[in-house]
Amino acid sequence: MSDLRGAISVAGIGNTQRWNAPGRTAFDQLQEAAFLALEDAGLGMGDVDALYCAHSTSGLPVLNVAERLGIAAQLRHADGTMVGGASFLFHLRSAMSALATGQCDVALVCYGSNQRSAGGKLTPMPDPQPFEAPYKALYPISSYALAAARHMYEYGTTREQLANVAVAARKWAQKNPAAHEQADLSVQDVLSARMISDPLTKADCCLVTDGGAAVVLTRTERARDLQQPLVPVLGCSVAVSHRQIAAMPSLTETAAKRSGAAAMAEAGVNIGDIDHVMLYDAFTICTLMFLEDLGFCPKGEGGAFVASGAIAPGGHLAVNTNGGGLSCNHPGMYGLFTLIESVIQLRGAAGERQIEGAEISLAHANGGVLSSQATAILGTGTTL
Amino acid sequence: MTTTDPRFDGPGPEARWTEMLKRGVFAVQHCIPCDTAQFPPVTTCRTCGAPDPVLIPAKGIGTVYATTTVRTREAAYDVSIIELAEGPRMMSRVEGVEAENVRIGQPVRARINTDGEMPLVVFDVAGDLA
Repeated sequence: MSDLRGAISVAGIGNTQRWNAPGRTAFDQLQEAAFLALEDAGLGMGDVDALYCAHSTSGLPVLNVAERLGIAAQLRHADGTMVGGASFLFHLRSAMSALATGQCDVALVCYGSNQRSAGGKLTPMPDPQPFEAPYKALYPISSYALAAARHMYEYGTTREQLANVAVAARKWAQKNPAAHEQADLSVQDVLSARMISDPLTKADCCLVTDGGAAVVLTRTERARDLQQPLVPVLGCSVAVSHRQIAAMPSLTETAAKRSGAAAMAEAGVNIGDIDHVMLYDAFTICTLMFLEDLGFCPKGEGGAFVASGAIAPGGHLAVNTNGGGLSCNHPGMYGLFTLIESVIQLRGAAGERQIEGAEISLAHANGGVLSSQATAILGTGTTL
Repeated sequence: MTTTDPRFDGPGPEARWTEMLKRGVFAVQHCIPCDTAQFPPVTTCRTCGAPDPVLIPAKGIGTVYATTTVRTREAAYDVSIIELAEGPRMMSRVEGVEAENVRIGQPVRARINTDGEMPLVVFDVAGDLA
């Protein structure tokens, strides 16, 4: 355990839940989410003195967002680290240190995207890879497909097992009125969907939506006096392993193994203490590998684990209860949404999908092509 | 008199690698101090941090480490990660067989494909090694 255990809490959350919103820019989505998160915390824009954001379409996100929110002159700390969808948990790590050492008092982590209404494709970043680009792999799906193919080769994982991840996500989504996809989905539906990059079909891929999300962080002693149930951050850790998929040390083991172990050590919790889990499911293989790398099942047994129904409603491990990136929303970079669902569950505010008595939640985010990994452990007030 | 560090003089490793490829040589980098090969070519050794790993002709053989068939409206083609005999892996394409018949573990042999604007390292299934 470290001095940071429980020192910082999530005081407010904001989620626009506008998954298909033509006529709004990415910044419009972000700004609405920031407003909602501050209102949820009982704070205002004037209270924010630290800003954390990343954008797939802007190389200067902190400057753009600070100007728009009207908070530029009051900022004392900021971080625009860009490591893909895991960026926002890297921001959480950065904000925790800054808050704990008094470099700032109210931190806003925020994101917005109009990916769906802007054309439905992932906006390519100016980040050329001359040794991979000539081979015309689809970015990012082919990288994840290569990892899935290797996992199948090493461990006998099957497409049917991967399909179970998408089916479980859909069943959770059907309990979340805000989830974008609600239609019934079967293993056969996933298998017979259009193959895009073998062995992954369209139904193994996350949604393409718009959306905006934000969280407000303060030191825990201040959060106690604010209006929401206390949700302290018990531990957080980050790890990176590569940029290009061919440089990944092993295609079947991610840096989640490092970020997860370090986050759990900081929090002083074991895998068996965790009541609720959010795993960044950009593709079905992600959920399966993160279950293994974080320690919820042995390496190579992720396929059998998900095929047993363990992560679906009624299973013994509640995973991606909002429906995940596969069925709830995926606005380009999804990491912040994992944190938000963890907070909702720990507040006991998840309605039909509520995990009764949830005290400790793990939120895990991924970025690039399995390149960056970040794990946060959140708790309720009783876990301090 | 120069003010720059001579260990880093001359064209950068990517430019030198590309120049060798244009002359028909597929190269990998070798770090002499730690005896490790690396790809793609960069300015320092990723294993020990030493400057200026040297470019040497690759053995040109390897095995398929991972493979996918990319399916677009126009075509289906292979994208594979090849583990080179020297150790490093690289993204490439296995040619000469249907994309869905490329198998992990298959031995492959490098070839420089000059069909396009730029020469490209691709691989053929090495039947005689299978």
